[in-house]
Amino acid sequence: MGLSLLTIAYLIGSVTFILGLKMLSHPADARKGNLIAAAGMAISIFATIFLYETNGQKLGNYAWIFGGLVIGSIIGTISAKKVKMTSMPEMVSLFNGMGGACAALIAIVEFHHLSSRGFMANGEPVATSTMISIILGLIIGTVSFAGSMVAWGKLNGKVKDLSFKGQHLINIIVLLVIFGMALYFIYSAGVVSDRTFYFILTMAFLYGVMFVLPIGGADMPVVISLLNSFTGVAAASGGFLYNNPVMLTGGILVGAAGTLLTLLMCKAMNRSVQNVLIGSFGGGAAVASAQQKSGAGSYKEISLSDAAMVMSYANKVLIVPGYGLAVAQAQHTCHDLEKVLESKGVDVKYAIHPVAGRMPGHMNVLLAEADVSYDKLLEMDLANEEFKTADVVLILGANDVVNPAAKNDPSSPIYGMPILEVEEAKTVIVNKRSMKPGYAGIENELFFKPKTSMLFGDAKKALQDLLAEIKNV
Amino acid sequence: MNQILLWIQEHQQAIYIVILSIFLGIEVIGRVPSVLHTPLMSGANAIHGVVIIGAIIVMGQAEHNNYLALILGFLAVVLGTLNVVGGFVVTDRMLEMFKKKK
Repeated sequence: MGLSLLTIAYLIGSVTFILGLKMLSHPADARKGNLIAAAGMAISIFATIFLYETNGQKLGNYAWIFGGLVIGSIIGTISAKKVKMTSMPEMVSLFNGMGGACAALIAIVEFHHLSSRGFMANGEPVATSTMISIILGLIIGTVSFAGSMVAWGKLNGKVKDLSFKGQHLINIIVLLVIFGMALYFIYSAGVVSDRTFYFILTMAFLYGVMFVLPIGGADMPVVISLLNSFTGVAAASGGFLYNNPVMLTGGILVGAAGTLLTLLMCKAMNRSVQNVLIGSFGGGAAVASAQQKSGAGSYKEISLSDAAMVMSYANKVLIVPGYGLAVAQAQHTCHDLEKVLESKGVDVKYAIHPVAGRMPGHMNVLLAEADVSYDKLLEMDLANEEFKTADVVLILGANDVVNPAAKNDPSSPIYGMPILEVEEAKTVIVNKRSMKPGYAGIENELFFKPKTSMLFGDAKKALQDLLAEIKNV
Repeated sequence: MNQILLWIQEHQQAIYIVILSIFLGIEVIGRVPSVLHTPLMSGANAIHGVVIIGAIIVMGQAEHNNYLALILGFLAVVLGTLNVVGGFVVTDRMLEMFKKKK
């Protein structure tokens, strides 16, 4: 009775995961989908606690289990509720790392469990598939954990990009060592030592760190998505280990969906996964050449009152938000600006680049928070049509997504990425904190164009001042 | 060779699940608009927190005097719960903002 109930609970869990993912990819149902998947997860978890049994033996240590659940829930809820909208990506990376670590810990405990019995189960040597599941869970979980921690550190600025000559070669060697040791581990079941196991663990950790370290911050979303699918596979290997269908379906679903999502994100930036992972973004030579080229140009500044004037008397203003807006938490001020301009009869819309900010969809989330109406947000293709008839384009802390080098400089590392063609508009006003290059680390010749003028300052401060000026016009 | 065939024979159900889930995972999110990339990633992140079930099993089977298993298992449960609960709550917060404008 108990076991068949467990089977049903797992069936419900698996179905809710599929439904949840499906609904998460439609704007109208997304939130419900998330809740449905969460409900399925809760059912699977509690069914496991109370109904799971091996050889007629129920689970014990309830105090420990519930203690862990309660502590995890409290910390998880508080940190997820407290995190600022701008730091969401980091948070996702952090939670992903926790999942990876969880998978690795399971592998460690199971390994010791086996090794303390001399790798024998019911009088027979441990099955090869068990060894494969354990070592896969260990390697993938650890890589995912280490990689996610580095990605987390990079997004909040604690870890800097680091790349050195021959790094890829070393990474490949480390990977081969892991692979070789894993094979040895699997085929020498019964004689394998703890040392081998922990050597593989260390190598996997090293690989996770080295793999993410050289990748630029702008590419972190792609990396997090990839690590996300890794953790899915690690969870699935746990499913193999325990012959647990819900872990298997959940893990593989995320592994597959996460891989596809990674490809879709790359596609939105018009870059290949290989390019992201191996071609360190904005590295060495490209930066130098770009700087040389634009070094000669000069830029002009615009005063607040001029900017206010130009915008008040425009027919159509397009706002291009970027990471600068997110960092300054200026989305509400931005919405106020939009309302004031509209009251003066100006047509205001937002041009959203798919990868503006630190994550695809980052800007949509942010502007939605400030109650900006959905139909004011133009996707890239539509926006590129609108620029032709716009009088003023106001760029708020966006850089790489409006860099014309992506269109006309084949030597640029971002060459080929679709951009917002803001140059089509009559005037371009760029709000930035300084002339420093954006996340890709390359200069932007747009800032030196005659129709471009710069409005320096923190996005929120600049927008507030601009707002005051416009009200006075 | 024989071993491999035997393995496939023994695990055919799991293999079916894996293959079908791969196709399903790809199919199900095939046409996601770029606006939803981030919440979808976050939601998927919460779903792979299903690894917590493994942690619960490990924890529940640990012997009372095996402190290594108890401590590591406990840590696994805490981290797994963080992944699940934090993941779903963050996703919900992101999606909350999409809903408000309607």
